[in-house]
Amino acid sequence: MIAHHPGDDLLLSYAAGSLGESWSLAIAAHLALCPVCRDAVAAAEHIGGVLLDETPAETMTAGSLEDLLTRLDEAPVETFEPVAPETAVLPEPLRGYIGGDLDNIPWKSSGGGTYQHLLSTNDLAQARLLLIPEGRPVPEHGHGGRELTLVLSGSFHDQTGSFGRGDMEDADEDLIHTPIAGRGEDCICLAVTDAPLKFTGFVPRIVQRFIKI
Amino acid sequence: MAVALTLNCAPMDGRYPNPASGAILPRAARPGAAPEKANSERNSKDMTEVNQFNALLGKIAETQDKRAFADLFEHFAPRIKSLMLRLGTDPHTADELAQETMLSVWRKSHLFDPAKAAASTWIFAIARNLRIDRFRREKRPELDPNDPALIPAAEPMADDQLEANDQAARVRECLETLPKEQRIAVQLSFVEGLSHQEIADRLDLPLGTVKSRLRLSFSKLRPMLRTES
Repeated sequence: MIAHHPGDDLLLSYAAGSLGESWSLAIAAHLALCPVCRDAVAAAEHIGGVLLDETPAETMTAGSLEDLLTRLDEAPVETFEPVAPETAVLPEPLRGYIGGDLDNIPWKSSGGGTYQHLLSTNDLAQARLLLIPEGRPVPEHGHGGRELTLVLSGSFHDQTGSFGRGDMEDADEDLIHTPIAGRGEDCICLAVTDAPLKFTGFVPRIVQRFIKI
Repeated sequence: MAVALTLNCAPMDGRYPNPASGAILPRAARPGAAPEKANSERNSKDMTEVNQFNALLGKIAETQDKRAFADLFEHFAPRIKSLMLRLGTDPHTADELAQETMLSVWRKSHLFDPAKAAASTWIFAIARNLRIDRFRREKRPELDPNDPALIPAAEPMADDQLEANDQAARVRECLETLPKEQRIAVQLSFVEGLSHQEIADRLDLPLGTVKSRLRLSFSKLRPMLRTES
């Protein structure tokens, strides 16, 4: 069972369409693993539907229906061809960003035995995959802003609790924490930050200048 | 408190000063609206209307019925255009996005599942995504319902499952009973596409107040998805 969920504000913004790409990616990946939040987003989308219904109608440009009717025959009906593999660890839409599953992540060392892979998103936030070897800590750090961490494989724990697959830690700038990967399995997470992480130790700060976390 | 300052996307291009940006109030709250006692009557009318939209979508999916499409267009295209204008889109693009949304409705009609979404909710989501594609040069990350990694919901008892239409009707009722300040926050978020920080600026309120209003309204709306027990 998933114990840690993103804040309602994120689910609402995701449903409204006002959430940037990196955050939306984390939310969508969490939704794949969390039926409870899927229900919540469905509820929020109903708000959009109801408000659409109640919006006073504007006048469409003359002839727009007729134009559209002539285009219908050319419009191919969207067919639905599932190309998904039979099993997967990473949920969509994450696999689409990587072009594959766990084995296809081009990890780069980020020091201290940890690895990362920066994902290409077009908003100001940064989405990255992190690999923390079992039992190892991520250097103690705070955040210049919000940080979402979604566990995809393995687990970690910090001062606020224990996080397994599908759990999302929603941390703000007030949290300074040292996440430690659980034993038995490397921890792979999707992390989204809207400002660079602030490492509190001296050496990690030097490292940070090179690895651009 | 800079937490959410950069959380939401940068302002979209194509911002258009909107002369008619009066808030859209639910019917019950509009001046001169029918008094509360008309509620049940109106809701049953709404339900007929809702079922009618579902039936139109069904006809499009099954027989590529252009007549049904035209009826659906008459209702939704002018409203999608209106929503786009309120979101700051210029009139020409708003018109185009309304047409593109309806074209998408035609192409995807066979994917519409009335058990999972009400027609207006489904069309809202299509319009929302097209707008994101158009303005943000960002992708809209969406889950894939057929993903093998997807963790399915526990199988609900047949009796427990609310029809999507009933859910939408409940959300509608609930929106109408929200205190005014909560409703305005929800509208600014959905209809005007404002980030929480932008809502705070617009209403001249602290960010925390906006967040708590949205949280409160959502906590009232969420249980609407469940059957009363």
